[in-house]
Amino acid sequence: MNKRKERIIRYLFTALAFASLVFLVGIVFVLFREALPIFGKVSPKAFLLGKSWYPTSSPPEFGILPLILASLWVTLGALVICVPLGVGSALYLHELAGPRQRALLKPVIEILASVPSIVYGFFGMVILAPFLQDTFNLPIGLCALTTSIILGVMATPTVASIAEDALSYVPRSFREASFAVGADRWQTLTKVIIPAAGSGISTGIILGMSRAIGETMTVLMVAGGSAVIPHSIFDPVRPMTAAIAAEMGEAPVGSDHYHALFAIALMLFLITFAFNIAAELISRRFRLKLGLSR
Amino acid sequence: MKRRDIVQKLGFSALFACMAANIVFLGGIVFFIAARGLGSINWAFLTQAPRDSMTAGGVAPVIAGTFYLTLGAIIFALPLGVASAIYLTEYSPRGWIVNLLRISINNLAGVPSVVFGLFGLTVFVKYMGFGVSILSGSLTLGILALPVIISASQEALTAVPQSIREASLALGATQWETIRRVVLPAALPGILTGVILSVGRVAGETAPILFTAAAFYVKGYPHSIFSEVMALPYHIYALMTEGTHPEEQTRIAYASSLLLLALVLSVSMLAIYIRARQRKTYNA
Amino acid sequence: MLNQDPGSKAAGGNFPPAPVKAPVGINMNSMGEADLFGTEPKISARGVNFYYGQKRALNGITIDFSPRRVTAIIGPSGCGKSTFIRLLNRMNELVPGSRLEGEILLDGLDILSPACDAAELRKRVGMVFQKPNPFPKTVFENIAYGLEVNGVTDKHLIEERVVDSLKKAALWDEIKDRLKDSALGLSGGQQQRLCIARCLAVSPEVILFDEPCASLDPISTAKIEELILTLKKEYTIVIVTHNMQQAARVSDNTAFFLMGDLIEVGRTDKIFKAPRDKRTEDYITGRFG
Repeated sequence: MNKRKERIIRYLFTALAFASLVFLVGIVFVLFREALPIFGKVSPKAFLLGKSWYPTSSPPEFGILPLILASLWVTLGALVICVPLGVGSALYLHELAGPRQRALLKPVIEILASVPSIVYGFFGMVILAPFLQDTFNLPIGLCALTTSIILGVMATPTVASIAEDALSYVPRSFREASFAVGADRWQTLTKVIIPAAGSGISTGIILGMSRAIGETMTVLMVAGGSAVIPHSIFDPVRPMTAAIAAEMGEAPVGSDHYHALFAIALMLFLITFAFNIAAELISRRFRLKLGLSR
Repeated sequence: MKRRDIVQKLGFSALFACMAANIVFLGGIVFFIAARGLGSINWAFLTQAPRDSMTAGGVAPVIAGTFYLTLGAIIFALPLGVASAIYLTEYSPRGWIVNLLRISINNLAGVPSVVFGLFGLTVFVKYMGFGVSILSGSLTLGILALPVIISASQEALTAVPQSIREASLALGATQWETIRRVVLPAALPGILTGVILSVGRVAGETAPILFTAAAFYVKGYPHSIFSEVMALPYHIYALMTEGTHPEEQTRIAYASSLLLLALVLSVSMLAIYIRARQRKTYNA
Repeated sequence: MLNQDPGSKAAGGNFPPAPVKAPVGINMNSMGEADLFGTEPKISARGVNFYYGQKRALNGITIDFSPRRVTAIIGPSGCGKSTFIRLLNRMNELVPGSRLEGEILLDGLDILSPACDAAELRKRVGMVFQKPNPFPKTVFENIAYGLEVNGVTDKHLIEERVVDSLKKAALWDEIKDRLKDSALGLSGGQQQRLCIARCLAVSPEVILFDEPCASLDPISTAKIEELILTLKKEYTIVIVTHNMQQAARVSDNTAFFLMGDLIEVGRTDKIFKAPRDKRTEDYITGRFG
């Protein structure tokens, strides 16, 4: 009696635990199913490498290269900000901050991570964009630069917290060994600790990138929205997420435009999926290298 | 001063600047939004419905919408998330299952929020026929919250010492009795932290509800789980992009942003506080 | 459900009336001077091998434990004594990848058979661990827990049992006013006696002590030892200890383990005064360990 009940409960938990897998597979399935029809109209090559995205003109043009490049462009810009800020903050927390400072500063980073993306977007739109427009004398403030800055700030907490974790796994003995041969703290940090934590830190950077490229509301509000291949950081752009969010409401269900938007989402999913798997592999190697089983 | 001392000093200053930048950003966002939003927040704003094509009135039904969406998402994700965490930590499944599930959870956490929106649109709104509704939005947000709840619960369960599981089993309790009566109560504060964190996350999400739940304007309060709703994050977006009276609407958007920011930040500070207290009890 | 009186509990419980697999009552093992007092052993292990993965941790252990006696298991660390005691209430099952061969009989019935429910077994064979492990609950709830999971719902009965168990564990006078306080606020020695009380509350027939004083100060240790001597009037006790003085003070019989082998078992005074095996002598006289 007891044993049967225990077995039933165990099966129940097993079934529920597979929910995440089911949802992930479901997402992949839905994306493929809804995206594939467009490739009957446009070849995958023309879709990915086509330079014009005019989904509503007649005849429509479904080339998403400008959108992909826009996403990469703003993500690259975000990296310029979030890598130094994130890694620097992690090093500061790990190396220089005392226990009391850490108790205060770590929550600051966590809170920065919890600010909703719509608020970042709003801030970018009403404060940062006009400010940059005035400062650099731009024709329009809603552009790749503004987007990159906001995305960089948004990705910083991700980079910082994962990098900090990685630093904390570096064994004490490394540091002691370095001090013992006469290195100072900065040398120990740059020559011993950062290399030892390197792959852990790069995991953080990859996940930060993944967050930036998948971010939607911010880019929708501040990127400017023009679907052309960007040439400078001051160009208004239309990253993939912004295109999906802005156009899905207007695309008739089942139309080519609708399927094309799902195909963009599929691309986006595959890119972030690749990032996540890469992060997973690197962090596994990192843990093995330091002899951690976790 | 030796050269290497100068290098060290410069290096450390750079690190300090990086850390300080975080504070400046957080402070800047909070300051600007509070400074321009605070003036518009009053009792009427919190208790009235939007009026005059969203140029006046308050956000009461909008807050209600966010509340229902968040509540629905948690009701959906909490049991699933806690059960997944229990399975992974307590029932010690085979290695490959753990790996498979861990990779799924990590990847689910990394899926862009707009993709969740498309999934919800296809599956809940259309395939299951729930329409653009609180139900569809809640389910979509629930999937998004699932990884947060799972990882917080897992952390909380792992922190429960093995010795008290043994004590319970040695008294003749079955595994399920042990989990239900000893392990879960001990892990509760940690699980609560996860729930609160996910409340903060869910309440602020916009992209997943764009096509599954949110409406630009709905008259009155939502009356069933099949109603379209206004929600705070979408309200801000709508005010800034779809309005016809930019000046008035920007003012309301400031106030709404401040409200959302205050809500989300106080929720996450609560979670951080509970977690800090919890860590102390374990270490003692 | 629970029996009221531990003494009156027969071999019944939820066990099926399986045939007795080995003759009991006669001393089967060749090392045989264990003090059986002419009774059947409460627990018998027959040719027990135990493996962690590929690694063999116990080699063919055969030993009897007499009812209402204290049997001490001694040996250097890593000798398998803790591993062995955890087989007796099947706590070993919590370690994935472990494997067990041989038989363990409780009142002549095989506890390793699939028909024997581990939870039912553990009600009859209680355990006190190396480190005190009270639940993060109140003192009262800690002791009531075992009763509640075993289906006792009568509030008065639970209350009565909590008081009884605390008295038996010699803890009542110290903490009778603190029943509603968290058990984590007690001292280490009090926590350990609370764990003993918690174990007594479910009326076991056998109590396994796995180095119960390892983390305690000498005064608390003395209290626990005194308690063990009182408890043996009602319960069969097996205690693992690395402290030979402790074994000598509390036990009737002593078994010496070394590297997964049972080297020698017999009456405690004989083991300590006139061990038959050279290795036992070496260990007792402190030449290794």
